[in-house]
Amino acid sequence: MSMDGRIRRLAETDRPPVDFVLDGRDCRALVGDTVLTAVLCNAKTLRQAEFGPEGRAGFCLMGACQDCWMWQENGPRLRTCSTPIAPGMRLMSAPPGDWP
Amino acid sequence: MSERVVIVGAGPAGIRAAEVLTQAGLRPTVVDEGMRCGGQIYRRPPEGFTRTAEKLYGFEAEKAQALHASFGRMLAEERLAYCPQSSVLSVAENGLQVLTAAGLHHLAFDRLIIATGATERVAPVEGWESAGVYGLGAMQIALKSQGVALGRRIVLAGSGPLLTLVAAQLLDAGADVATVLDTSSLATQMRGLPLMLARPGLVARGMAMRARLGRRYLAGVRLDRIETSRDGVEAIAWSHRGTSHRTKCDAVGLGWHLRSETQLAGLAGADFRYDDTFAQWLPQADSMGRAGDRLYLAGDGLRLLGADGAQITGRLAASACLKDMGLPFPDMRADLRRMQRLDRFAAGLSRAFPWPAEAVRRLPDEAVVCRCESVTAGALREAVDAGASEANRAKSLSRVGMGRCQGRYCQLAGAEIVAARAGLAVAAVRRLRDQAPVRPAPIGALSSALDPTPAKSPSDVAS
Repeated sequence: MSMDGRIRRLAETDRPPVDFVLDGRDCRALVGDTVLTAVLCNAKTLRQAEFGPEGRAGFCLMGACQDCWMWQENGPRLRTCSTPIAPGMRLMSAPPGDWP
Repeated sequence: MSERVVIVGAGPAGIRAAEVLTQAGLRPTVVDEGMRCGGQIYRRPPEGFTRTAEKLYGFEAEKAQALHASFGRMLAEERLAYCPQSSVLSVAENGLQVLTAAGLHHLAFDRLIIATGATERVAPVEGWESAGVYGLGAMQIALKSQGVALGRRIVLAGSGPLLTLVAAQLLDAGADVATVLDTSSLATQMRGLPLMLARPGLVARGMAMRARLGRRYLAGVRLDRIETSRDGVEAIAWSHRGTSHRTKCDAVGLGWHLRSETQLAGLAGADFRYDDTFAQWLPQADSMGRAGDRLYLAGDGLRLLGADGAQITGRLAASACLKDMGLPFPDMRADLRRMQRLDRFAAGLSRAFPWPAEAVRRLPDEAVVCRCESVTAGALREAVDAGASEANRAKSLSRVGMGRCQGRYCQLAGAEIVAARAGLAVAAVRRLRDQAPVRPAPIGALSSALDPTPAKSPSDVAS
């Protein structure tokens, strides 16, 4: 999977950085980013589709479509469009290996 | 003790409803999913962002600021109870099930005002399940609330006022918008114009924005497919005047105007009718928004009139609520007169930028209809052939509408495909029944709600 980000920052780039981990890789976002923004500045997709071969990267960005849920190494899954990124978050694009 | 009024939604309708109630001395509770008030069209960036209101909302800056300020005042003066980042999952007897980060709560009410707004109305295009395809509204939300473009080279496609608006806003912000593909022809758009002239200022503004798009904008386009790889969108194939084209891009924004968000209204007992103008099922209410016993609807979740109409229907619903409680209520005759003009304009918009029913009915069998569970048009047609010519039956057999978006993004397209296959009018396919919870909820939250141990306060205990 490509390491380049999908989205492009156009404004509000003077915010302090926030470091987080995506699939074991150190990544950087900005304070005030949603998890979706943070991840898609560092990757092309948020997760793999459950029922098809394609990756998913969110769809509505307003909490209605439920396309943008991601896993965390510890803790509950997140709806990334409506959750702010927090320092030290450890996000995963696929469920942990022991998920049934 | 005065009656408990709960408002769901803190967009233009919810805010204006709260204003009317607080002016009458009531202290309503406002439950909203957002982190800050404003809803979607007047959505606010997180704290610490610095773009001005003019930059964020353009011509609408004053209206947006007035709404935000009004809500801020009510909050500062403690004239309402505000529950942000709270999702209503269900409406039960005299109470809402509300999910917050802390868990599930029961919120009792005597009267309920539902102002849940609208979502994008999306028609499937082959390949639309891939990463990089977004609603047009999502493109706007990303720009407004995060200052980002959802791609490096973007194609916008669909029809409706948002198509031109989002394109202009993205271009202004410095995004690369490759092309803007309107499925409505110029001739069709002209047919809507006489009614749209009920609001000549808006028409002029729309035409000026359209002019700014220049040759990027094309009308009367057929969308053929979105070409994808594992990483997402690669290009969009489309046809115009009998010639096939292919535009390379890494993001596509799709949208055909709006779809009313009506699931809570349905659970609360509202009746629905198929509205030919808006080509969707809409809740029935009187001119003030009364939709049932102690139930009021306002905003785009009632009628798709946009933010100006939402402010009016918000005030009307609250006024009806006050009247029904036997309290003094403001004179709404001026607002009711303004509604007629907004109704004419909205009908003109629907005529000018129609839902692409024929294109949906012609979708190839391999095209995905349900994004949640990747169910194809072919699978849905098989369900119809197996006897499912009613929406809920087709859902049971095919799973179109059963995924975690609860059918929000597939039910209109699904109904067209079922209707075409069964040889029925789309209204005869009927409407998907509303099912709680209307948002996904962690099993832990649901099971703790069943736990008989008392929660923090008596009002928190789920019945």
